[in-house]
Amino acid sequence: MTLALPPVGYDPALERLEIELLLEGVFRHYGFDFRSYAYASLRRRVWKRIEAEGLSTVSALQERVLHDPDVMNQLLLDLSVNVTAMFRDPSFHAAFRRLVVPVLRTYPFIRVWHAGCSTGEEVYSMAIILEEEGLYERARIYATDINEIVLQQAKAGIFPLNRMQEYTENYIRAGGTRSFSEYYTAKYDGALFSPALLRNVVFAQHNLVTDRSFSEFNVILCRNVLIYFDKELQQRVHGLFYDSLATFGVLCLGSKESLKFSKYEDCFEVLSQTDKIYRKVK
Amino acid sequence: MGHVAGYRIVVIGTSWGGLHALSVLVRGLPADFPLPLAIVQHRSRDSEGLLGELLQDETALRVSEVEDKEPILPGHVYVAPPDYHMLVDGAHFSLTVDPPVRFSRPSIDVTFISAASACGAGTVGVVLTGANEDGALGLRRIVECGGHGVVQDPATAEIGTMPAAARRAVPSAAVLPLEEIAAHLMQLATLAGAATVGPPWRSR
Repeated sequence: MTLALPPVGYDPALERLEIELLLEGVFRHYGFDFRSYAYASLRRRVWKRIEAEGLSTVSALQERVLHDPDVMNQLLLDLSVNVTAMFRDPSFHAAFRRLVVPVLRTYPFIRVWHAGCSTGEEVYSMAIILEEEGLYERARIYATDINEIVLQQAKAGIFPLNRMQEYTENYIRAGGTRSFSEYYTAKYDGALFSPALLRNVVFAQHNLVTDRSFSEFNVILCRNVLIYFDKELQQRVHGLFYDSLATFGVLCLGSKESLKFSKYEDCFEVLSQTDKIYRKVK
Repeated sequence: MGHVAGYRIVVIGTSWGGLHALSVLVRGLPADFPLPLAIVQHRSRDSEGLLGELLQDETALRVSEVEDKEPILPGHVYVAPPDYHMLVDGAHFSLTVDPPVRFSRPSIDVTFISAASACGAGTVGVVLTGANEDGALGLRRIVECGGHGVVQDPATAEIGTMPAAARRAVPSAAVLPLEEIAAHLMQLATLAGAATVGPPWRSR
């Protein structure tokens, strides 16, 4: 990613006003609501699109976005796609096996919501863990994202071959019990993951900003998605997760995310502080 | 240098040799250092926690590895966690997992530019030892926004590549031997202390 910078001397107050107007326009014309995203990271992504379009002001981008749906689609990708990896943070996945799996064993049926699953790397990771722990037959993973395009990629299950060495190391450190290469077939420069891993996965479009809870879950995974939201919206989504968890349901956040600054902190107990695994207790 | 009173944050970038340089720097700061200090040190994905602990041994200031939306408080030392970009976002930090910038995550340039955007002329940027050129563009942006640039004298750096690049990008930066940087920051911070009782237009 480039540095994506406004020109020298660009008035920060004017820039903020223009970005707010752009987001308001996008919301009212297209229905995508980015108005409560964290400003600093959103700003970087907006300037990336401005540079890619060969423009020099936010207002110029606004004109193009409102009059050209293709540019809106590009902006949607810029603003909504989260970078991910298989078994990102191996210690989290190891902790999940150690702390959460034993509890899940006591359930006849396990419902998992993977919120903001992006291109699906961590959905496959979770399916592999449940498979190796003998729990997958009684599990269902609901994998959602705001963005239809990344869901299509997730369903296709083809990931860059040049990342497999990194993913294999992650898999081993995450406590994998088999040979990682059993799960994919290498073809050209892609690794095609076994479609059998998706047999209990349901992909669906869901918008954390505007959509409601759609079921009750035993586990909710939402890692490194809320970091792109501002504090108020984060809190609202914490509430959505709280409402969507069964009693003693488990919430997994990214390793640098926290319930510490949220009013829902007291509704959860900490299962792992370093790996940000929480359990709903009231 | 130092033409604007009211500094609000110090951002520091380093890579190769950074642990030693950072230890010397924070050891030189008094326990009542009045500004927040945000450190970006290139390091491996797995080096979780260690840098913060080592620096904590050197200073009475509170050192923490940043979590998302952590409030930015005066007299605290903040360390960017490995494998995230750290952005100054108003009154707190935001983290992102956006792709690495020129192979680095955290990227010094990304943090510096966000600080310049959020704090403008209230930003002090410091580039220490390192073996690549990250930080040079960010330091230039800080100075373009009216902030102040400090560069470790490349001759005193374990690896001079990074400070030399920053000095080329920002000829007006104060170039100082490592041992003098803490005292220089304290001088700038004292100006900031004076500004907090100043007129309200300084606050944003």
